[in-house]
Amino acid sequence: MFIPGMWRMGSALGTFPDIKRLQKDMNRLFAEMPRTGGQEYPAINVWGGEHDYILTAELPGIDPARLDISVVGDTLTFKGSRDFETLKEGETYHRQERSGGRFSRILQLPFQIDAGKVTAKYDNGVLKLTLPKTAAEKPRKITIKAE
Amino acid sequence: MDTMMDAIKSDSEKQTAKNPVTTERTKTGKVFVPIVDIREAKDSLLLVADMPGVDEKSVDITLEKNILTITGYVKPSVFENHTVVHSEYDIGDYERAFTISDEVDRDGIAATVKNGVLRVTLRKAEKAKVKKIAITPA
Repeated sequence: MFIPGMWRMGSALGTFPDIKRLQKDMNRLFAEMPRTGGQEYPAINVWGGEHDYILTAELPGIDPARLDISVVGDTLTFKGSRDFETLKEGETYHRQERSGGRFSRILQLPFQIDAGKVTAKYDNGVLKLTLPKTAAEKPRKITIKAE
Repeated sequence: MDTMMDAIKSDSEKQTAKNPVTTERTKTGKVFVPIVDIREAKDSLLLVADMPGVDEKSVDITLEKNILTITGYVKPSVFENHTVVHSEYDIGDYERAFTISDEVDRDGIAATVKNGVLRVTLRKAEKAKVKKIAITPA
């Protein structure tokens, strides 16, 4: 899991049980890491249905009005930004883990999207897009006529 | 110079339990540690946590002894007649605990949730506020 160079430090690490334990913990952490979704932000989940696909993304603290969603053919693009919070006069950070910036994602779906019927909802920091298939893509039931 | 530097510190960095008895949740499912910002102003501390999927009804803030725990419950999204075709993130509850010093006014804790971001304001206790002492000329 670690780069080969790190292994050469093996004997040195042995003298520091805490570091060794940390290394073990890190290895376990990486081994448990689910899927390789890549480093793209935001992470998305996609559900497929007969008539549409539903996409969800966790985007806490963004301004939904500044979210730009566009659909062309079978490709969906959404981009937006999250503002960096600024400190007020006299404030200091004890801990800063959150950040801001711009993001964009492009997604190609296995069908033509009915652009006019795409709906977007932003609730409690979770974006939900419903992407309906065009009429031509929807499954058609063929009835068999009796002779 | 930072008088409140130790006022609030995280419990979540170390994995080893302080107490040999670890508590387990009765509910199954994943629990995530929300990422937070903690900033200090003149007379208050502000804790900001990203907890997407949480609203004001599904977040719990408890202060027991000197442990401030924030918990957010997230209902997993289930879409009928749909199956997962692609998944990059997991959905679960949020939990994180912080040790708070006596410098925080226990009755002055207020919280809001907006767009999946929780903000907890902790007012500093009177004694922790810096008092300016006037010097009278001799």
